[in-house]
Amino acid sequence: MTMRTLPRRLGLAVIVAAIVAVLSIKLNAFRDYQIAEIAMYVTAVAGLSVLTGLSGQISLGHGGFMAVGAYTTALLLLHLNWPFYAALLVAAAVTAAAGAVVGVAAARLRGPYLAGATLLFGVAITAVAVAFPGTFGGDQGLNVVFTTPSFVGANFPLTRWQAWVSALVALVVLVLLANLHYSRIGRNWRAVRDDDVAAALDGINVAAARIRAFVVSATCAGIAGALLAIVTGLVAPGAFTITLSIALLTAAVIGGLGTLPGALWGSLLIVLLPVYITDVATSHGLSSTVGANIPIVAYGVVLILVMLVFPQGIQGALRWVINAFFGTEQKSRTWRAAPATHVTPSADETPASQHEKEGTS
Amino acid sequence: MVEFLQLTLSGIVFGLVYAAIALSLVLIWRGTRLLNFAQGGMAMFTTYVAIEVIYRTHSYWAGFAVALAAGLVLGAACELTVVRPTLNKPPLNSVIVTIGLLTVLEGLAGILYGGQYRSFPTAFSITGLRVGGTALGVSRSDVFVAAAVLVATLVLAVTFRYTSAGLRMRAAAFNATIARLSGIRVARVLTVGWALAGLLGALAGVLVTPSTFLYPNSMDIIFIYGFTAAVLGGLDSAVGAVVGGLVLGVALSYAGGYVGGSVGADLTSLVALGILVTVLMIRPDGLFAGSRMRRV
Repeated sequence: MTMRTLPRRLGLAVIVAAIVAVLSIKLNAFRDYQIAEIAMYVTAVAGLSVLTGLSGQISLGHGGFMAVGAYTTALLLLHLNWPFYAALLVAAAVTAAAGAVVGVAAARLRGPYLAGATLLFGVAITAVAVAFPGTFGGDQGLNVVFTTPSFVGANFPLTRWQAWVSALVALVVLVLLANLHYSRIGRNWRAVRDDDVAAALDGINVAAARIRAFVVSATCAGIAGALLAIVTGLVAPGAFTITLSIALLTAAVIGGLGTLPGALWGSLLIVLLPVYITDVATSHGLSSTVGANIPIVAYGVVLILVMLVFPQGIQGALRWVINAFFGTEQKSRTWRAAPATHVTPSADETPASQHEKEGTS
Repeated sequence: MVEFLQLTLSGIVFGLVYAAIALSLVLIWRGTRLLNFAQGGMAMFTTYVAIEVIYRTHSYWAGFAVALAAGLVLGAACELTVVRPTLNKPPLNSVIVTIGLLTVLEGLAGILYGGQYRSFPTAFSITGLRVGGTALGVSRSDVFVAAAVLVATLVLAVTFRYTSAGLRMRAAAFNATIARLSGIRVARVLTVGWALAGLLGALAGVLVTPSTFLYPNSMDIIFIYGFTAAVLGGLDSAVGAVVGGLVLGVALSYAGGYVGGSVGADLTSLVALGILVTVLMIRPDGLFAGSRMRRV
């Protein structure tokens, strides 16, 4: 990578920030809320995409990390009246610690075993919140009060401020992750993903690399949780179900695993598609039972179709289109298009006595 | 002591339901190296089919039989339509496809049957059984649940062990290429595996739903514990699935019974997590994983 990549990424971030600012002023409050929601998802999905796409570990419990970040933020805002940015930093630190703990356990596990353990982690975290209602508010959760600061003026809409804060945080996280992608740390992750034995022979501390990936990824999810706290104003167990964890993984894979633009495409899809289909269904005068469920069915159908038609996700499809029209200038980055073969152990969990490679198909 | 006995027995009953789900996951894992996240959704859907048949015919057994048949068909249909095209793509794709399948099934159930909770009848009385003066904490219905899962497991085990169809399935799971060279139609075997998994899931759905109510997400938590049981036992081992299910069922029953109050009920997932992490830290590939060789 050349010296100019950092300015280029910052420039891109500034452009996106400007677009978001213009959009949030032009569009109504509901769209502002959606911008904030998308920013929150992008933050979490990008972190998960780094974990799964770069270091080759799967997590079905990232909703749990979001819960950790959200509850930390809510408690700090509620009891100590901290400013949001301070609460955000502490929430990031707390989830980083949680990520380290889970990462230590996860470094030993592979594929479905890791999937099972993280899935239960995600379920169990919210159970703690329900079991100790005195601290965490039980099923009702904790209410978060978030207001616009005085310097933006009294008439500044709260939803727009929420959209700005969320988008800013998301962009900072994305720029940091992009730098991590191309750093030594990112290279080590890819080496561990592609072949952990070869990576170990090259002197990479495989376990440390895996744990580091979990810490980074959990921190992103924790930051997303903090955003969720201020955007929705309510931190309750119902927000962090297994459905959330699965939606995050889905967005990462649909968008294009291991790519940061993919995290954006995936988040756009999971936020906007259900709303869009609901609008279409209601405008065609469908009954409420049908109208409420059509988006669910359509969402499932889209998931299946994208995976069948674009195996590399939306970003993979876009890159294919760009290459088809503008030559092969992207060739130097082919690692990003490489499938993460070790993510689920289809590739490396072969029956014990099977020696030849041919059998794995 | 009586309480211990009661908790153990009811834990075994629930554990066997988890074992049925775990077994269905193991069946699919061994054949296609894929985690089927739609397993719970498929079971939920066939249970809705059963409830419709029971309402129309007023016969529990008609519904029971139709649910199992629907499970067979649904399993095979899922494999043939959407799962097979993903098997040569990146491994996570097939997982996302099963998640998509789950979403479609839950949405369809909502459209066809509505979202409200429905109760599901039992085949036998739910009055607690007694030996002498001691209440056992389980009913005739619970005994039927346990017996049904055990019979299904035994039939499967015998089929796999002693029939030529079972031999073909084991060969295909063991090494697809060599099995294909030996004249086994591996693709068809995979479809049969999915069909059997669908049947087991349908059985679990019909058996567990009387104690959970039926709604589009009703099998989610059962699936999570079934998945946990499969991982606990080792995804390649059918024995592991049953043992994993029993261990989990009994442990969760103790946790719910002894910790007491609402805290005990809420913390069952924490207990499950504790057991799973402890086991996986000692045996990362589950209790009954065989020795495993990794290619470098």
